[in-house]
Amino acid sequence: MDDTTFLLALSGMLFALGLVGVIVRRNLLVMLMFLELMLNGVILSLVVFTQLLGAEAGAVLVFLVFVVAAAEIAIAVPILLLLVRTGHTLDPGAYAGLKG
Amino acid sequence: MTIETVFLMVFALGALTGAVAMFFLRHPMRVALALIGTMVSLAAIYAQLGMHVIAVFQVLVYVGAVMVFMIYAIMLLDVRDRSFTERFSPLLVAGLAGLLLLLGVLVDGLLRGQPFPAVDVPPDAFSVGTFAIVFMEQFWVYFALTAVLLLVAEIAASAVIDIRRRGQDVAAAQAERGNERG
Repeated sequence: MDDTTFLLALSGMLFALGLVGVIVRRNLLVMLMFLELMLNGVILSLVVFTQLLGAEAGAVLVFLVFVVAAAEIAIAVPILLLLVRTGHTLDPGAYAGLKG
Repeated sequence: MTIETVFLMVFALGALTGAVAMFFLRHPMRVALALIGTMVSLAAIYAQLGMHVIAVFQVLVYVGAVMVFMIYAIMLLDVRDRSFTERFSPLLVAGLAGLLLLLGVLVDGLLRGQPFPAVDVPPDAFSVGTFAIVFMEQFWVYFALTAVLLLVAEIAASAVIDIRRRGQDVAAAQAERGNERG
């Protein structure tokens, strides 16, 4: 197995672990961290292909994804804080009444 | 096996260990530390691949900003309820079955896949200077557009929160007036 295939396998495993973590964990903050793990898995594959093809545009795209990820977490955490202020729990089951 | 491959494997093992540890750790702070370990290992992999700019951004943006923000949230929300005492949801078995399925598909794809063709990449293709030139000559408009869109999203989120708070204040004032009349 060459380095590229090895890193793509790692990327897939990180994504799969992140996805399953979002499904099986019971804490909203931990679920948010598993979402970040999924994003890191995808970014790893993007970096590997960028390096493989020598495309500078890929590096810029990774940078933009970093920026959007930082903004995403800056919005997600306050939403979480508001939810907990209302429901007083981090258990996602307590918010099953949310629609949409 | 070259020394680069050995380093890649060591850092990949570090990243994978952190990701697996996230499953079994109970306290969100420990989960965050395991995720930071994974992110630092990934930064080391990026540096090993010659993508030093991305490695620096990984540490600066993810470990330095995103995870610090997450740790603030963990410190603010030290909730010891069922989400703390019970780590896993009732979907544990289904999730693990899904994980095995995903890993099976991954292994199958790797076994059937063809090796990737090598492309001649200049040694300084991803240096800070090259990245800066390409970024400022070709992609600065996209970055500015992204920044404006994100700013709009942040203002919209703040506005929604403010409207909701004002609505709650008005409802509380009406309820108080009702109590006084009663």
